[in-house]
Formats: sequence, structure tokens, C-alpha cells
Amino acid sequence: MLSRTADHVYWMARYMERAENLARILDVHHRMSLLPQSAGEIERQWTATLDIMGMLGAYRAQHDVIDTDTVMHFLMFDRDNPSSIVSCLRSARENAHTVRGTLTSELWEAINATWLKVNDFAPSRLAETGPTEFFDWVKYRSHLSRGVTVGTMLRDEAFHFTRLGTFIERADNTLRILDVKYHLLRGAHTPNDAAVDYYQWSALLHSVSAFEIYRRVYRDQITPSRVAELLLLRPDMPRSLAYCMREVYGLLQAVANGRSAETQRRAGEFEASLRFGRIEELMRDGLHPYLDSALERILDLGQRISEDFLVPVTT
Amino acid sequence: MGANGAFFDEMNGAAGETRPHYEAFERWLEATASSRIERKRVQADALFRRVGITFAVYGEAAGTERLIPFDLIPRIIPAAEWQQLSAGLSQRIRTLNAFLHDIYHDQEILKAGVIPYEQVLQNAQYRPEMKGVDVAGGIYSHISGVDIVRAGAGEFYVLEDNLRVPSGVSYMIEDRRMMMRLFPDLFATHRIAPVEHYPDLLLDTLRTVAPNGVSDPTVVLLTPGSYNSAYFEHAFLAQQMGIELVEGRDLFVTHEGVFMSTTRGRRKVDVIYRRIDDDFLDPQAFRKDSMLGVPGLFAAYRAGKVTLANAIGTGVADDKSIYPYVPDMVRFYLGEKPLLNNVPTYMLRKPEDLAYTLDHLAELVVKEVHGAGGYGMLVGPASTKAEIEAFRQRILATPEKYIAQPTLALSTCPTFVESGIAPRHIDLRPFVLSGSEIRFVPGGLTRVALKEGSLVVNSSQGGGTKDTWVLEA
Repeated sequence: MLSRTADHVYWMARYMERAENLARILDVHHRMSLLPQSAGEIERQWTATLDIMGMLGAYRAQHDVIDTDTVMHFLMFDRDNPSSIVSCLRSARENAHTVRGTLTSELWEAINATWLKVNDFAPSRLAETGPTEFFDWVKYRSHLSRGVTVGTMLRDEAFHFTRLGTFIERADNTLRILDVKYHLLRGAHTPNDAAVDYYQWSALLHSVSAFEIYRRVYRDQITPSRVAELLLLRPDMPRSLAYCMREVYGLLQAVANGRSAETQRRAGEFEASLRFGRIEELMRDGLHPYLDSALERILDLGQRISEDFLVPVTT
Repeated sequence: MGANGAFFDEMNGAAGETRPHYEAFERWLEATASSRIERKRVQADALFRRVGITFAVYGEAAGTERLIPFDLIPRIIPAAEWQQLSAGLSQRIRTLNAFLHDIYHDQEILKAGVIPYEQVLQNAQYRPEMKGVDVAGGIYSHISGVDIVRAGAGEFYVLEDNLRVPSGVSYMIEDRRMMMRLFPDLFATHRIAPVEHYPDLLLDTLRTVAPNGVSDPTVVLLTPGSYNSAYFEHAFLAQQMGIELVEGRDLFVTHEGVFMSTTRGRRKVDVIYRRIDDDFLDPQAFRKDSMLGVPGLFAAYRAGKVTLANAIGTGVADDKSIYPYVPDMVRFYLGEKPLLNNVPTYMLRKPEDLAYTLDHLAELVVKEVHGAGGYGMLVGPASTKAEIEAFRQRILATPEKYIAQPTLALSTCPTFVESGIAPRHIDLRPFVLSGSEIRFVPGGLTRVALKEGSLVVNSSQGGGTKDTWVLEA
């Protein structure tokens, strides 16, 4: 397929997945913010989240204060923030529009309808219903796009690059969601407060639809290392890093071309380290350094995928 | 106009009696509750928006997309009328292709004195670069969108032959899908000729004009991009044909031919259905500032490495200054009697035509020779004195830029409007495909001027569309 078309379907899927994950991250925050805490604590948490999402600088350029309403608006509805949920849905739609002929009609319609509908969620309306309704809606629309993708698209390159976008983005986002939690714990005033800790970890599990999975898999109390294991290493947990990387590796084999051998090798090496890794070893130097290095590897793969497949050849 | 001074109406004729081919529909319309129809109108609107059947509007904020209004009352054509029309269309397009081949080769028609040399050779749309270029199959206009109107007591006239990059066929298909979805019962009670196989015919036509020696040609559709007003149609047709929708930046030219850049390296391209105007196709050959084109494309085309559909330089044949000669061309190239009427046309470069026109501006339609889209024209009977005087000055400044025609009493078709159902003026654009043979799907796109009394059907000026039914005999 055309390099440019592959680029558009890849980014279409990435932006849709990113919108969903941003909704998930904000949902954790919203749940946590229902716990009693000081204004200073709230500011610290938002600062950490904006930093991990790579948006702290953009936020500070626009706003002087960090409070829940302003940050939530910035991350949900701010059209000038290219990483807000609304902007992600717009970018997904713009990319899909450019290659709508490559998508099935159902997929294009699902993504277009999402964009048309998001404009109905006025911030003022959310003041009454609370943001959860919006987060649920974003997740639902993302589920719908993904379901239509899997249910209607021919298993050709367009499908493979769409899925590649989904899993690269999800791997990236899962790492960031874990990292947000790490920052929230670091320096918390009540590090041994079991109740707060429980709510924070369970909110995180809820945010990645893993609370029930955790209970089923471990049948035991929630501990940080098990949560990390579930989200990093479980091969059967669809949002885990291991699962995403297995998909990425398989998809890279499906689209392989004459330039992509090194990219496949790196993806395979990373995938194997997750398949055979143990959580104790991953966390030996602490969770955060591991998350950092894993995020580096995902960024490197994203860069290499662009160079190998998505940038046009000219000779 | 009909005998009683009314316009010819597709449903009610000139005398107000329901024409036989509309009887079943009229019974259905009378038996159907207006609330059901209103619900369907709302549903159609929501569906079109969801599917994204929109057109971008130039001059409004970037990315503005509008729906083309869709009217639920179909324009119905009986089998006998379509037979007559299709024979005329086929004759006309064969003639225009012969004319294009001739003027870029031996110029017999000019030598014979049928058309003055300067009318062709000094025409801005004539491309001297195309002189002596042999195009595959000798076909220049592979896709033609001929605008037909009906006037007087119901005679058909050709208003324009669109031989460059005619658009609108996607609306023809989507209108049909919409009607089938909203009113399946109507399709059970009428024998309506299908139109949805148009993309199949188009792909087949494009494959027949591949360069010599290519047995399994790769066909692509070249679009200016997603901000073009007809982008929906480009994407739609590429998808329906299963071919790549490419932009100029996806293509490059080597001495071997034209290639597209894919995820697996380069791939040869044999036929380009281009939806970009001549001027923008190749910055090395035409407009140097074009960001949409492919450098070197014209050289590859001249060398026979790739087919462009439509060919470069077809604009001279659908130019309004050449239009008056088409009936003569039919006689010259085919030795046949023209089957379709031309609208009588005054060429204002001729002093006697200019004098007549200036005396009768209030009755005539005056058009720019190179204009399109309903812009740059004067509809005398619908204009104020001041507008007419302003236009008079423009004509006097450059008379050779204008032609004038009598204001046709365009036929009407019942249409849903705010106050209920009322007659509105319509035209018809059938799409004629020319490859190894001439083919079309029955009917075409019917456009309707939604403003009362308006004769301008263009979507950019408040026009809508209707499903067009050709009834099978």
C-alpha cells in the first residue's frame, strides 16, 4: 500500500487509542480526587501527570494555576492543546478522512460519527453529569472503532498498520499510566496508609479495565508488584506491555520489507525479554527506571516504523 | 413553455395531467402519510452526515463541509426517452473524441473550413504540447459528464459537454442507495434500472486504455487531496474500484515510467484517473507553482509510459466558444444527423451577435466562455436593471469572453420545499464512459434548483440532487 496511506491509518489508530487512554488516565485521577486530600497534594498529582504525558510545558504556557477544573478542561476539551481528548478525536478523524477510501465504510462512519458527536459534550453539561459519562463514552467509541476494524477490515496491510498503531500507542500509554501511579506514591504524605494505597491501586486497575482481571488472576489482595506484573508481563492481559509487544512483533513480521530487519530484531528482543522476564528482576532497580527504559524502547520502535515503512521512497 | 404557459413538468407534463410513467409513484405519494416522509427526510440528512457525503465550500472557513440537499421525489425517465437520449450521448461523445484526435493531429476539420483555425488554435484551452501525441486507443475524454436540460414542450438540449474532470457521479450512486434504504417498497413496485455498477464499468473502461503491452494494468486515482471540494467522490470511487487513491507526492517519475511509493518500495502505475486540472498536473510542463502535481509526468505521458484519463487538452472541446460547432462536427466526422439539440448560441466576438445580445440582455443568459460552476453568468430575466447594466459594461470590455443563449424554460419536477411540494427546475448529468467502447449506466445525476424560480442548479449555489430513475421497458 501507499506509504502515505499506511502513515494515515497508523496515526488514525494511534490517536483513537490515545484518546481512550487519556480518558482512562483522567478517570484514575477523577476517582482518586474523590479521596480526601489537600490542595497542595492535588496540584502535585496533576503536575506529575502532565509531566508524564509530556504536556506540562504546554500547560504552563497557557495557565498559571494548576487545579482540577483547569487541568481537566485542558486535557479534555482544549482544541488548542493538540493532545487533548477532543484534539485526538479530531486527528483520528482527519487521518481517517484522508484515507477513507482505504477503510471500510463502517469504520469511517464510526470514526466520523465520534467526531461529530464529541461536539455535543459541552463542558457545562459535564458539570451536571460529572466527567465519568464522558470518559465512558470515549472508551465506548474507541471500543467501537476497534471492533469495527477487527470485524470488517480485510487482513491486508491497511489492517496491519492500523493494529500496529493501536498496540504501539497502547504499550506507550500503559507504561505512562503505571508511571503516573509511581509518581503519585513517591513522596506521598501517607506512604503507609493502606486504605489510600488500596484505593489508588484499585483506581489504576479500574482505569485499565483490570480490576476484575486482577481479582480473577490473583484471588488475593492488591500489591504493587502484582499490579506491575499484571500490566507488564501477563501475556493474556490485553493491555499489558507483553501482550502489546507480542502483537507488535507479529504485525512487523506481516508487513516486513527490505529495510525492516533491524526493527523486527529489536521488537523481537524486547518481546522475548517480557515473555521470559520476571517481575522481581524488572523491579530490581525500582519500577520507575524500568518504565523509563521500556518507554525509550517503544519510542525507538515508533521512530523506526516511520522510517522503514511510512516515509515515502523516491527512487 | 407548454401550451398553457407553464413550464414542462416531468411529472405533470405541460398540460397538468400526470404522465403515465409517474402514475404509480403519484399513487404512492398520495397514500403515504406526510409525517412518514418528514421522518425519512430527517433520517436521510442524518445518514448523509454520518457517511460524510459532503462537499467542501471554497471561501468559507477551512475544512467547512456541507451536505448537498437531497430531495426525496425522484426524477423518473421512461425507457423510450432514455433510449433516445443515450443514442444521442453516444453519438456526441464519439464525435468529440474524434474532434480532439483530429485537432491534435491532422486538423482536417480546420482545413475543411468547418471551424475557423483561430477558434481552436488560439483557444486558451488548446494544448500545443499535445500536438502529435498518440494517446492509448485514440480516446481523449474517457469520462464525460454531459449536462442535459429539457425545455419548451419537453425537447432535450445539451447545455455543456464536460470533458475535463466532471464530478457528481458519487451523488448519483449515494442518492440511489439512500432511496433504496428509505423506501424499499418503491423499488418493489417500479422496475428501476440499477446504477450502482458504475464503478465497475469505470474500472473496466480505464483498464482498456492502458499503454500498449501492459496486460494487467495498475490503475490509480489522483486527487488534489482531502481539502478539495470533490474529495468525497475521489475517495468513494477509489474505494469502490479497489484502487489506490494517490496524491501527487505519492508518485514519482523515472525513465521507466511512473511509480508510487508503497510500504514495500516502488510500484509501477499504468493508468491514472486524474481529478486534477491540466494546469496542476506537472510543474515541469505546466504551472510551475503547482504543489499538487508530479514532476516529469507529462514527459512520461508523451512517451506512452502511462495513460491519463481524461487526456490532457480536452478542455478545448467543451469550451463554450467551440460548443456551437458540435452539430457540425457530428456531420463532419460521423456523417450522421445530430440526435441531440444544441442551445442556439450567440458568439459575442461576432459584431452582429454582440449587437443583438446587447439589445436583448433582459431575455438572455450570458456566460463566460471559460466559466464553470454557475459563476460569472447573467440570467437576464432574473436580474435587476442595475445588474444587467453592470454586466453590459463587462461584456463591452471584452466581448470575445462571452456567449449568450436564450433563457431556456427548464423543465420542473415536484420537489419538497418548506411549504410542501412545489415544482423546481432541474437538469440532468449523465456520465458517459469511453474506452474500447462507449458505456453508461442509465440515467445520471439530477440536480435541482431549490430556490423558487431559480435556474441555477449548481451545488455551490443552493442546488440539490434527486435520485434519477430510468424505468425499464
